[in-house]
Amino acid sequence: MSRGVRLVGLGIVKGLIETARNFIGSYRDPRRLVTVEYPEVRLPPVERARTFPMLVYDGADPEAGLRCVACKICEKECPPQCIYIEADRDARGRVLKRPRVFDVDCSVCMGCQICAEVCPFDAIKMNTEYELAVADRFGGLLLRKSQLVRSTEYHRTVHPQEAVEIDAQVAQARARAEAKARAGGGG
Amino acid sequence: MVEAIDQVFVNLKHAVVGWAPPAWQAWVSAGLTVAALMGVFMSLFALVVLLERKGLGRIQNRPGPNRVGPWGLLQPMADFIKMLTKEDVVPAGADRVVHFLAPVAMVAPVLLAYAVLPVGRNMAAVDLDAGVLYFFAVGACIELSVFMAGWAGRNKFALLGAMRAIAQMISYELPLMLAAVPAVMLAGTLSLGGIVEAQAVPAGGWLARWHVLTPWGLAGLALFTIAALAEANRSPFDLPEGESEIVAGHLVEYSGFKYALFFIGEYLGMFAVSGLGITLFLGGWRSPASFLDWVPSYLWFFAKLGGFVALFIWLRGTLPRVRGDQLMALAWKLLVPMALLNIAVAAGWHYSAGWSFAGAWLARWGLGLGILGLGYGALARGLYESQGFGPRVYRFAD
Repeated sequence: MSRGVRLVGLGIVKGLIETARNFIGSYRDPRRLVTVEYPEVRLPPVERARTFPMLVYDGADPEAGLRCVACKICEKECPPQCIYIEADRDARGRVLKRPRVFDVDCSVCMGCQICAEVCPFDAIKMNTEYELAVADRFGGLLLRKSQLVRSTEYHRTVHPQEAVEIDAQVAQARARAEAKARAGGGG
Repeated sequence: MVEAIDQVFVNLKHAVVGWAPPAWQAWVSAGLTVAALMGVFMSLFALVVLLERKGLGRIQNRPGPNRVGPWGLLQPMADFIKMLTKEDVVPAGADRVVHFLAPVAMVAPVLLAYAVLPVGRNMAAVDLDAGVLYFFAVGACIELSVFMAGWAGRNKFALLGAMRAIAQMISYELPLMLAAVPAVMLAGTLSLGGIVEAQAVPAGGWLARWHVLTPWGLAGLALFTIAALAEANRSPFDLPEGESEIVAGHLVEYSGFKYALFFIGEYLGMFAVSGLGITLFLGGWRSPASFLDWVPSYLWFFAKLGGFVALFIWLRGTLPRVRGDQLMALAWKLLVPMALLNIAVAAGWHYSAGWSFAGAWLARWGLGLGILGLGYGALARGLYESQGFGPRVYRFAD
């Protein structure tokens, strides 16, 4: 057993000095206060944060620029089945490559990110908005397409690294498709 | 002028009482005193709860409550409204009468204890000849209320907490009283007013004879403070409430205003026992030196009380909760023997008052502190080695 302690009770005094140093230090140096006073002060966005899904669109128009082609892979893969998609149809009833209805029930969604991982078109990504409280817990938590769409700029603000990579890929694929179309048109 | 400011509340009360019809005067006088005591100490309670939360926050490098009103000043009001509007749940198996009476039995004796506390010059509600005895007698009633609360809820955690509380409070009652004995012995009176009088500035001197300015007074104040912490169920002796192991002990079946009453009782008890410590050792409402006599007496009392409360908050922010056996060992193996030794030292101090050789002052202090120091060294070393206060020894792991 160690004989280090000469005077019993000295540890209490040491502890008291430590807490007094904290007490006085927190007034002298505000950097000691680790509390983020939430509504006024917010933490900087975190790259890997996620809450619920969002639909990314290119350009300025959410309808025209929507990357989603209504392939319904996410709907099928969603473990709690919180996604509901209906493909749009033209006047003759042919299926178009865009969704007419895209709903996410975020009272059911568990934020697993599987939809975002399986999407071949990088159309569905995870949002980081967390102030989602609503007064109506049934209708209010069912997010419609119009509430889900977010621009690529927004995507870049919430997931900077991921968005830059994906935007590059999307641009590359589009360039390839255009080149192919030109080549096809020329031949 | 100084006299007028010092006696402003006393004179105010006399004026109001004099204005009342003669038949009512006794009642008006009593009512005014009770109302003043309740008002002052209840406001102090609200303030202390806020300052405690802010202080603990700062100790942990947090800002503490700062949302309700400027600097969080209205936080006690918000807490109070919350407590009042909460549902008062009485468990199905509870003993309803006892469950109802327990919080009352907590607050009533604590308020009664304030009757003998001199909070200023001529500012004790009653100056009983046996004030100290009365104070301890009333204080002992709190144990009953804690056990009532633990028993009535028909909850095993409540009962466990109550049994812990009883064991703790009865164990610490002894060192608390033994620590108070020297002050009573040397003042030669059980009256709190008389004890304050005994600590007055002596004729021809300028430094007050506070009991704390003697070896036995210093040790007595330390012992008294430790025992008072345990009596008030304050950290590090808050085992009866032990949130982490028995939820909230005897308070587990209480909610709403009944819970608030326990809370109030606990804090008022803390103030009362601090007030007794001030009266016994720190000169009560007296200033430390004659040239500071112009500060009103009640300000001295409340400044000292504030110091006590700040110390309690500081200790709460620093020390972890002790274990049950450590708690008992501390009382019976350290505090009680030290308090007994302290009585002997106080007796020695009393009988050595006649020493008149050169350096008598130094000899008296040296002897007193030496005996107490040796006693503490031996007892604390024994406690340290036998009771697991020292570094933890792992018998099975390692």
